[in-house]
Amino acid sequence: MDQEGCRLMEFISEVVVWFSEDGRWTGSDGILPRTVEHLWLAILPMMIAAALALPIGVWLGHRRIGEFAANAVVNIGRAIPSFGLIILSGVFFLRAGVSLRFWPAVVALVALAIPPIFTNAYAAIVTVPQETVEAARGMGLTEGAILRQVEIPVGSAVILAGVRISFIQVLATVPLAAVLSSGGGLGQYVVRGFAQGVGARAEVFAGALLIALLTLAADWAFSSSERFLLPEGIRRLRPEEVKAAASVS
Amino acid sequence: MAKDVMIRLVDVTKQFPGAADLAVDGLSLEVGRGQFVTLVGPSGCGKTTTLKMINRIIEPTSGSILIDGRNSLASPAHELRRSIGYVIQQIGLFPHRTIAQNIATVPMLLGWEQPRIDGRVAELADTVGLEDEMLARYPAELSGGQQQRVGVARALAADPPILLADEPFGAVDPIVRTRLQQEFRDLQERLGKTVVFVTHDVDEAIFLGDRMAILNVGGILEQFDTPENILANPGSEFVESFLGGERGLKRLGLLPVTGAELKWGPFVDVSASPTVARATLEEHDVDWLGLLDGTRLLGWVDGSSLDGRSLVDHEPRPFLVTLSSDSSLRTALDAVVTGHARVAVVVDDGVYRGMLDLESIAEEITE
Amino acid sequence: MILAQQTMPLFDWSWVGRNLDTIWDRTLEHLRLTGFALVVGLALSIALAALALRKPRTYEPITAVTGIMYTIPSLAVFALARPWFGIGFVTAEIALVSYTLLILIRNIVAGINGVPPGVREAALGMGYRDGERLRRIEFPLALPVIVAGLRIATVTVIGLVTVTSLLGLGGLGFFILDGIRRSVIFPTGIIVGVVLSVALAAILDLVLLAVGRILTPWTRRGAV
Repeated sequence: MDQEGCRLMEFISEVVVWFSEDGRWTGSDGILPRTVEHLWLAILPMMIAAALALPIGVWLGHRRIGEFAANAVVNIGRAIPSFGLIILSGVFFLRAGVSLRFWPAVVALVALAIPPIFTNAYAAIVTVPQETVEAARGMGLTEGAILRQVEIPVGSAVILAGVRISFIQVLATVPLAAVLSSGGGLGQYVVRGFAQGVGARAEVFAGALLIALLTLAADWAFSSSERFLLPEGIRRLRPEEVKAAASVS
Repeated sequence: MAKDVMIRLVDVTKQFPGAADLAVDGLSLEVGRGQFVTLVGPSGCGKTTTLKMINRIIEPTSGSILIDGRNSLASPAHELRRSIGYVIQQIGLFPHRTIAQNIATVPMLLGWEQPRIDGRVAELADTVGLEDEMLARYPAELSGGQQQRVGVARALAADPPILLADEPFGAVDPIVRTRLQQEFRDLQERLGKTVVFVTHDVDEAIFLGDRMAILNVGGILEQFDTPENILANPGSEFVESFLGGERGLKRLGLLPVTGAELKWGPFVDVSASPTVARATLEEHDVDWLGLLDGTRLLGWVDGSSLDGRSLVDHEPRPFLVTLSSDSSLRTALDAVVTGHARVAVVVDDGVYRGMLDLESIAEEITE
Repeated sequence: MILAQQTMPLFDWSWVGRNLDTIWDRTLEHLRLTGFALVVGLALSIALAALALRKPRTYEPITAVTGIMYTIPSLAVFALARPWFGIGFVTAEIALVSYTLLILIRNIVAGINGVPPGVREAALGMGYRDGERLRRIEFPLALPVIVAGLRIATVTVIGLVTVTSLLGLGGLGFFILDGIRRSVIFPTGIIVGVVLSVALAAILDLVLLAVGRILTPWTRRGAV
């Protein structure tokens, strides 16, 4: 085996050793608790963001106002660097004397999560064919019922796509919170490792591997579950539109 | 004889991959130089496929196509297409180019110099009836009818000897379509191009073509003849049913009024005496009199209102049905029936030519 | 990671005044990182899109792979590339470029496929060869969609560049990282980093919008 090959083997064995160290998986700094933290740091902001953005987006879409806002929100959201947002959030919380471990990241991530959910919710409702809505109105459904029984189900594919996009984005940004504290889920391994230089190279690589696997697994899980979350008629009738909706943003 | 054949299809066959049946099965057809041939038939008859094999948008599975004596496969496809004009139903103007640039497409591909291109574009705009100021516009700014005119101009830009048209007027509304059909036929008469025109509309084919090729499913050629002959003698039950009802009327549509014998009828000059007037009434055994001023038609007067005054004092009434001599017998018949009139007068620019009544029209039909 | 507990005042204008040249240098660095990523990303995307258009069966695998690259956080990509490419420009660009591929490829393919079939057939019938047709007819008509994708890619990359600060680069992200890691936390730097980053994104987005409009004069003319 040549020099390059030797170095590669060395590196791989370092990484394997790292994984197999005592307490690596279940200890206080372990992979499993950090994975749980990572997921929670993504899910909680998502729930908050959805609770805020979904009703507003859906309601505005139903009333057909605020189109400019819907477009602007997603554009502005894209322009703000998520890294900067987390750090800024950290600064403000620090000045307020709050611990940096959890809430700064959550607040920043909520802000990050809102735009795709909002814009997609709006778009989903707005693109429901008006004839369908008018027919429902003509049959005597209340506005609320129209929303619940007609518009939301019809637009569910697009709404769900927005939630998925948002979730993946948030999940990918969680590691950056590691810069603020000892949190950041699996990102801590990477950020900490980068700061420590060559000595921690195995940890950096292992952490990155775990992050990559987690994010891909979450993406896959979400896409697969869309099958169960979408109403039957929508899934059957419009596979191309579901795909198209999934590529929005 | 061979020199006069512009397009020759020899046993052309097309099988699409994965299809059970042949789209076109051994079609042989000859299109003479300067002829206007329409390909008609129901869907699935392969008329569009056949057309597209001529300019190799679709390549034949077997058989050969000779264009002006040469095998169409001899030169690269794109070169062949630059020498054949192509007009399609969706029109397909390039949205990102101005009208002038659209028309100039093939000349640009052929490398003409700019001044020559500009001159040709102006000339064509004139030929198809586009105003100069439209040349700088974009296709999105034009109506459907205007767009299709541009499509035709674009096809003719490099002055190709052959023009292929695939239901070019299908996407336009009926009123505009009739006008475009007329203009297209006039254009072809003037330019003398060899045209192969696909349509599913039998009436359009009858109106436009010198010859009609009626195709059955699978590209089977049922009949290939002039529209008059086909209408008079349909070659098979399929052709008969395809031609649709009122075949006789359709045939009448191809016959000009001048083909029938025009009667002069009870027409006198307005300067004639009341005696002559009365005599004419009796001679023709009618109760009305047509008034002329020299050769110009003035109108008619009621026979019972003639009371010995000179004809000039009477107020002539206009005829209900007036036709020009290039109208068809069908138009004459329709006008007579619709107008509840008994006669139709034929007038060209005010000059009286003669009159038709149901009797004379019927004579022509039964001939 | 233990951070300092003290922070400096929220915003110190004099610091800005004193460090204009550093700020400018970092802005240029930011633009360099962004520009390089977009140019390489666009070139690769055009090549891959051309492949997908020519052989439609490759589209799914291509989107699957670029989709994976898109999903993996850039931080992880840095770390995964580092053993081979070290810390620095190349590692950063690998992550940045791979992020742009999915959206650009998707938009290029959608744009070309969105050309009306009548136009494509007319071009064929006029005698355009495949390559000419793609270049002179289909690509210009696909531009609006492609530019839209390019705008999104640009704005996102500008945001991602800030993360390269962890690799020692960062462009304007340098101020963000530096601000939080000082012995006394320095909000001014952080704010400058964020604000200028957003400004840069907004400016480039508008520039691309304008360029897109200029390149497509026919979209501005209305229908009859």
